[in-house]
Amino acid sequence: MSDPDELLRLEGIRKTFPGVVALDDVSFDLRRGEVHVLLGENGAGKSTLIKMLSGAYRPDTGRVLVDGAEVRIHGAQDSERLGIATIYQEFNLVPDLSVAENIFLGRQPRRFGMIDRKKMEADAAELLERVGVNVSPRARVRQLGIARLQMVEIAKALSLNARVLIMDEPTAVLTSEEVDKLFSIVRRLREDGVAIVFITHHLEEIAALGDRVTVLRDGRSIGQVPASTPRDELVRLMVGRSIEQQYPREPADPGAPLLSVSGLTRDGVFHDVSFEVRAGEVVGVAGLVGAGRTEVARAVFGADPYDAGAVEVDGHRLPRHDVGAALAAGIGLVPEDRKGQGLVLNASVQENLGLVTLRAASRAGWVDRGAQRTAAARIAEQLGVRMAGLGQHVRTLSGGNQQKVVIGKWLLADTRVLILDEPTRGIDVGAKVEIYQLINELTAAGHAVLMISSDLPEVLGMSDRVLVMAQGRIAGELPAHQATQDAVMALAVTTHAPVKDEKEEKKEMEAGRGH
Amino acid sequence: MATDTLKSSPGAGNATAVRRVLLDNGALSALIVLIVAMSLLSGDFLTTQNLLNVGVQAAVTAILAFGVTFVIVSAGIDLSVGSVAALAATVLAWTATSEGLPVWLAVLLALGTGIACGLVNGALISYGKLPPFIATLAMLSVGRGLALVISQGSPIAFPDSVSALGNTLGGWLPVPVLVMVAMGVITAVVLSRTYIGRSMYAIGGNEEAARLSGLRVKKQKLAIYALSGGFAAVAGIVLASRLVSAQPQAALGYELDAIAAVVIGGASLSGGVGKASGTFIGALILAVLRNGLNLLSVSAFWQQVVIGVVIALAVLLDTVRRRAT
Repeated sequence: MSDPDELLRLEGIRKTFPGVVALDDVSFDLRRGEVHVLLGENGAGKSTLIKMLSGAYRPDTGRVLVDGAEVRIHGAQDSERLGIATIYQEFNLVPDLSVAENIFLGRQPRRFGMIDRKKMEADAAELLERVGVNVSPRARVRQLGIARLQMVEIAKALSLNARVLIMDEPTAVLTSEEVDKLFSIVRRLREDGVAIVFITHHLEEIAALGDRVTVLRDGRSIGQVPASTPRDELVRLMVGRSIEQQYPREPADPGAPLLSVSGLTRDGVFHDVSFEVRAGEVVGVAGLVGAGRTEVARAVFGADPYDAGAVEVDGHRLPRHDVGAALAAGIGLVPEDRKGQGLVLNASVQENLGLVTLRAASRAGWVDRGAQRTAAARIAEQLGVRMAGLGQHVRTLSGGNQQKVVIGKWLLADTRVLILDEPTRGIDVGAKVEIYQLINELTAAGHAVLMISSDLPEVLGMSDRVLVMAQGRIAGELPAHQATQDAVMALAVTTHAPVKDEKEEKKEMEAGRGH
Repeated sequence: MATDTLKSSPGAGNATAVRRVLLDNGALSALIVLIVAMSLLSGDFLTTQNLLNVGVQAAVTAILAFGVTFVIVSAGIDLSVGSVAALAATVLAWTATSEGLPVWLAVLLALGTGIACGLVNGALISYGKLPPFIATLAMLSVGRGLALVISQGSPIAFPDSVSALGNTLGGWLPVPVLVMVAMGVITAVVLSRTYIGRSMYAIGGNEEAARLSGLRVKKQKLAIYALSGGFAAVAGIVLASRLVSAQPQAALGYELDAIAAVVIGGASLSGGVGKASGTFIGALILAVLRNGLNLLSVSAFWQQVVIGVVIALAVLLDTVRRRAT
């Protein structure tokens, strides 16, 4: 065929699902040793496209060519044989097996019918070395953090001699430090001649890593451009219009402190965390993954217990580990894991929107369904949730719309302090801006927002003040005009106090609790 | 995947509406097929008398199954309902007949026994953090054991006024059928209209999301298992009234029939899905099958085989249908 470096070519791919055209006349090609970015909003068809390559879906029409020859990919085995490996956002690893067993799952080296553990672990160590991650092949997968899980997935793909590596938003869950590491691994793979399909919502990553970009919009391939294409142009291609301002923060006048947290400590997790959030204020919480941000948020909300300290709303102290009390005081939590903790996926939009207010909408145990419906309809309209109707299951909504539903259930409950944990993770640019605007509306109405985010530009762009956490402590606080990426990162990597201090502090606290 | 699928617009004519109901509810289609088949195979099947018989035969399973529906919708399981039914009936007979308490008090005590067993299940699960399977398995054994202890292993006569529950109204309408329908209506209303009912779907669909939305999951679970225990007590009283005595070995293995009825009715054992109407249909399918096979003089041994196959087929059909849509 034309280009000897061409590994893979898709031509005129069309795929429909009942009621929806997911892909229409999509073309895509991939060369040896390149990073080809697949760009598009949620629902643009990126996932459907990569599922064609991994064998999960088959195209209705169109051709798939590997090395210039037409192939049919009917299942995972076919794609494995063709050297195509996919790393999904949700990892396919068995938590209670070792790293080595996961890498060779189903293909463990055998001797006399028994698994040859020694060889398996040695082979795994070699692959992990190639990926450049320092993890023992014997470690349980359950004990690894997200970044390392991803590295194990990459090692697994390499063990399959993958020539094509598809990565679905690999950076969405990583801190910027981990992203750098991932990039160096991806670059090394590229030098080895592996072709990489890279899906990301972070436009700055495109220029840093990519070679070419294919933009999808509404199931069609809109164009193929070099990775050096200016950002604004990429956005325009992706959303079909230009987005004026990525972070449209409109600061409101801060009022009285609504939420104040003092000396909050859970032994071994976070220590002496104190901060305030005022009415009309957005306080961002930055830090590396594992710095204890989510844990603090959950403790403030009463989802988890804490050992010392106090949480006050409007000057009233909340009982510890009591979601009901936090809720009654007007705190709401939009959790990090939207699907796992925020939504009942098989329930309707209406049910999910009414979850927090279910109790309030009940008289003597009877739910006022009419009122629930009216309220849900009002909030869905206000948030612009794109859905077929209130009866649609939230599972079938796009990520951005799902997040709007999670936020919506708190708005219905007249939440005054909203804690957002990674509010825009895995959400496309357009929906992100809508969520930022929502934050503006909330603060303008005198509510307080605490926003945890690993997306540094987002924290900097949307916060009035930035708290930086490192190793379970507040490492520092920066007002918006002083918060730069460098300043935040410098704080985020501070290593904390010697052990002695901590012990003394703990003693003091225990004395303070008066046992 | 993030495609916002649009539901097809509702069909226009009556025929399409009927087809949609059948498609949406595999169990209903199965029941209709079964009834048609039985009517063709046996001339005795489609008579008023026999159909009422089917109702009576379905009643105990259905009432147990309604209670279990609450539990299964909230992603739990209750294996103890058969034992709890026997225990409640035994308590009623013992307090009324042997101890001479007034019948109304005995009935209340029996209901209280069922609810108490459910509360213990719920407490073990909510606060003891036992898996529901284990907690209710323990109660299955304890309940049966207590029934045997109280009755000393032999049947106790039921007071006449309660035994009347096993009779008919106006000479033709069996009271168990009425009780079944009443309990079914209660179940439907609880599931769709009440705070606890809606909580069941939320807890079963995603317990963590429910907790983080301020639902008091632990307390709700107590109430859910208590409801199941209460329903079991009602079923036990109905069963004993038909037998005119409380037998400690009654309702042996009924928990499995109840679970089968719920699952045939379209509920998911992983929680969040299930309806009273589905459970009702599930119980009817089991009863029609038993009744029909009896009319056709199929041996009791083969009946078991057939019923097992039907349970598997019904659920299989439902799974295939769901995957198709």
